[in-house]
Amino acid sequence: MSGASVLFDAPGPKARRLSRIFSVVTAVLVVAGLGWVVATLNAPRESGGITLPGMFDPSRWDIVQDPEMWGFIFSVGVWGTLRAAIVAAVLAIALGIVLSLLRSSTIAWVRIPTAVLIEFFRGMPVLLMMLFILLVAGTGQYWAVVSALAIYNGALIGEALRAGLVALPRGQREAALSVGMRPLQSKMLVEFPQAFRQMLPIIVAQLVVLLKDTSLAYIVGYPELLRVTLNNLGSFYGNRYLFTLWCIAFVLYLAMNLSLSWFARWLSRRTDRRYHPGKAGPRPDDPSQALLLADATAEASESARGPLR
Amino acid sequence: MDVVIANLPLYLQGFSVTLLLLAVGGVGALVLGTLIAAMRISPIATLRVIATVYTEIIRNTPLTLVVIFCAIILPILGSDLSFLVSGMIALAVYTSPFIAEALRSGINGVPVGQAEAARSLGLGFGLTVSMIVLPQAFRMTIPPLINVFIALTKNTSVVGGVGFVSELFGVGRTLANANGDAVIAILVGIAFFYLIVTVPLGLLATQLERKWVVQR
Repeated sequence: MSGASVLFDAPGPKARRLSRIFSVVTAVLVVAGLGWVVATLNAPRESGGITLPGMFDPSRWDIVQDPEMWGFIFSVGVWGTLRAAIVAAVLAIALGIVLSLLRSSTIAWVRIPTAVLIEFFRGMPVLLMMLFILLVAGTGQYWAVVSALAIYNGALIGEALRAGLVALPRGQREAALSVGMRPLQSKMLVEFPQAFRQMLPIIVAQLVVLLKDTSLAYIVGYPELLRVTLNNLGSFYGNRYLFTLWCIAFVLYLAMNLSLSWFARWLSRRTDRRYHPGKAGPRPDDPSQALLLADATAEASESARGPLR
Repeated sequence: MDVVIANLPLYLQGFSVTLLLLAVGGVGALVLGTLIAAMRISPIATLRVIATVYTEIIRNTPLTLVVIFCAIILPILGSDLSFLVSGMIALAVYTSPFIAEALRSGINGVPVGQAEAARSLGLGFGLTVSMIVLPQAFRMTIPPLINVFIALTKNTSVVGGVGFVSELFGVGRTLANANGDAVIAILVGIAFFYLIVTVPLGLLATQLERKWVVQR
């Protein structure tokens, strides 16, 4: 329903003028609102008889010129976040591959416990998993964070890959079997590579979530971007800079996540064009939604043609 | 196991705070998200731009950062809200773009041909929207919305972790710190309470999706 104009007649000059006026009015209102927020932040405040400078006062922002602070943020904070995210991403993809293969096994004794395990990991907060691993396994904070992220995202990626496997055209498997491949060979050499490529955009979108979730490590005490800026630097430079440091962390997170999001979207457009030429339907870029969609399509196409086995 | 039974009232109290966060945060997110979705598909360009920028920024900000903003930075700015209320605001704001995207993809998912056919039969705007477009959009929207609420349930733990609200995760951490010898039982107990919310919701979402998927 991208062309919503089907719903009503083309706007005449009056409606167009009205919409233009409305546009300008909202723009003015939003600018005024933002201006008010900035002004409130900037106003000096009384606290216990002392007048504190506003949030944009130079005395709150002079640390920005300190190269040592930036060095610390990048070498410890950003690196800590990326180090955890990259290792967790690799492990999550590996785990996802294993889980998807086990989950689509023909042996019920393998398939059903895997399904239960996946449901269990999907339903638990990642934070609880981090705490659990930290306290029970005694792995230290880094591995607690990495393994919790790997397990949780591995379960989700596994589901995505399974949906991709089910959604493949039936002929792929039939052709592989008819040239004499065994079922496992067909799965590993023919079906799985295709499913992986089809699901790649969903997987990358899930990796954006993983990158965002590394900030949970703040709570279990692993020094990543958020902890380094707000806790370490916050106590080093003093409370006065808390707002400044929060802003720095915010901008750095946005930079990292937006670039990965854009990559995911670009990849999604590219694979879309290759696999469904001419059919440019809107695709949700939220992985959990995309997953549901893929699952349902797979389910529908499977029930339409009956199970193969 | 004894620790869990002995502290059952504490568990239930934490669970009720979690449910409260889920309910208030969820309703807030639903209201905010509907507003954003409406802005996103409105014919007015400024509203569309604002909604898009909002969605992109909030969606790419970690929840922890939002919660910290509400719990630590808002008081500096002079708010005197309790941590519980700040947590609810943080959850509502963080969840709203996901709700908006779910609603929008539901409406976007209805093929234009459906509306065109309705119009060609002579149905007006009201009838086309209420009888043809919305029922189909609704079917496609509910399962992803349930997924958003599952994520919200799990996200309530972050409020307990950052702020000083003793919901399930907070209770679990306190109990685990106090009883070092029974950590596994305590945390499994906490996980159980999360799972009795998330797993049934997940099964419901899959069930509805399976039942309601429109064959095209």
